[in-house]
Amino acid sequence: MKKIRIFIIFIIFALLASGTLACQPAPVDQVPAQSLTVFAAASMTESFGELATLFEASHPNVNVILNFAGSNTLRAQIENGAPANVFASANTKEMDALVTSELVAADAPQLFLHNRLVIITPTTNPANLASFDNLARSDLKLIFAAEEVPVGKYTRQMLANAGTEFSEKVLANIVSNESDVKQVVAKIQLGEADAGIVYTSDAVAAPELVVIEIPAVFNVLASYPIAPLTDAPLAAEFVNFVLSPEGQAILEIWGFTPIN
Amino acid sequence: MSTLRLYFKHLTSDTQTNWIFVIPSLILLALFGIPLLALILQATQTAFFEHALTKEAIAALQLSLTTSLLSVGITLILGTPLAYSLARWSFAGKKHVEMLVDLPVVLPPAVAGLALLIAFGRQGLVGQFFNQIGIHLPFTTAAVVIAQTFVAAPLYIRAARIGFADIDTQLEEAAYVEGANQWQLFSEVMFPMARRAITSGAILTWTRALGEFGATILFAGNLEGVTQTMPLAIYLGFERNIGVAIALSVVLVGFSAILLLFARSIEKE
Repeated sequence: MKKIRIFIIFIIFALLASGTLACQPAPVDQVPAQSLTVFAAASMTESFGELATLFEASHPNVNVILNFAGSNTLRAQIENGAPANVFASANTKEMDALVTSELVAADAPQLFLHNRLVIITPTTNPANLASFDNLARSDLKLIFAAEEVPVGKYTRQMLANAGTEFSEKVLANIVSNESDVKQVVAKIQLGEADAGIVYTSDAVAAPELVVIEIPAVFNVLASYPIAPLTDAPLAAEFVNFVLSPEGQAILEIWGFTPIN
Repeated sequence: MSTLRLYFKHLTSDTQTNWIFVIPSLILLALFGIPLLALILQATQTAFFEHALTKEAIAALQLSLTTSLLSVGITLILGTPLAYSLARWSFAGKKHVEMLVDLPVVLPPAVAGLALLIAFGRQGLVGQFFNQIGIHLPFTTAAVVIAQTFVAAPLYIRAARIGFADIDTQLEEAAYVEGANQWQLFSEVMFPMARRAITSGAILTWTRALGEFGATILFAGNLEGVTQTMPLAIYLGFERNIGVAIALSVVLVGFSAILLLFARSIEKE
């Protein structure tokens, strides 16, 4: 019995602790809060985090809920009824799919930024990679995003631009196809592979990694569209904020290329 | 079927208070059953065999079977002595050893995968030494087996431990009187007596290993034919080709159901 009592007290304390933590940010004068759910490609994790904080600051009582994953995963979630208000995709393919299934109005999507690819290696650069050509060496362990994920698709396009033979050699070095771009970054940060290919913006968000540029002639330009999914004025406001000079400036800080 | 008939007999036989038990049960059973039903119905609508026989699906199926059977083998070889020791000996810190053995079952698989990665990864606690002698674990089929063993072996150890502990101590004394040594006692008395618990425990471990996802995707990564087991192919395939994902899911559900039925029938013997 004594043990049970101790256990119950432990549970009560755990609940109290989580309760106080959860209650802290609540404002004193309770105005019913509105929430805005934004589904954004994993590559926008840091930049959209900052944009959401600023949007909340200028819109008191609005709570921005962010959901990051591979754009293909987000598209599938939206198709299956996920309650998103805004969708920001890392390629036009996933956005077009939602237009086709009439979940996004045909004239709603707007391009809001560009992104490019870079090679990243762990801080120690264990394989001593020095240039893009080195990727075809046969002694490498590479981690890319899976072909289904936009960045994985862009990676394969970029490699194909550099020649079929080169591309095949590089692809033979893959040890894992990850489910989104941040998984690639995480595994390179842990030093589990010699190199990965991610967006410029991901390299900016992980400054401790070594960055190797990809020749501009081969590199691809990723175009990111954004669209409100509902008629809610708040969704349109958020899209406008992302497209505003202030929003674009923040995206540029995180390594994206603004659209204009 | 007979259990079902019995159930309905109770339902109709008497009293008005049965619903207190029946309705909550039915709600929960619906929660378990409806998703499986939906999966199977969906599979019959799409070209099930066409999807189940794609190159990708077969590679995942083969890999899943090989790795899960290897995991079961390792579990039997290493887990049986551990279960035997835990059942028969008391030693200092035994409670903590038991906790350590039970912990992987309740850990979120993502935690297991992350822990494996920072232990056996290239720059991991132990992995850096492996790396120096040329052994690379992450992103290999061996990593899949390690991840599966990590999460699934505790189920076997628990079952086998209970099996060994349930054996009447008089049998053990009788064996000693006959002059048996420790190994003879184990191989000729204890192991045969605990056979049922061992088999059903091994099957549980097998089903859990087949379903392993979180630890595998973190520690072993995802590469077709090398580390892409069925659950990974289902997860990553569901956006590209939902047909393949559903076909593989149905195969996995069917296989696991058969194994569980088999385990149950052994327990009841």
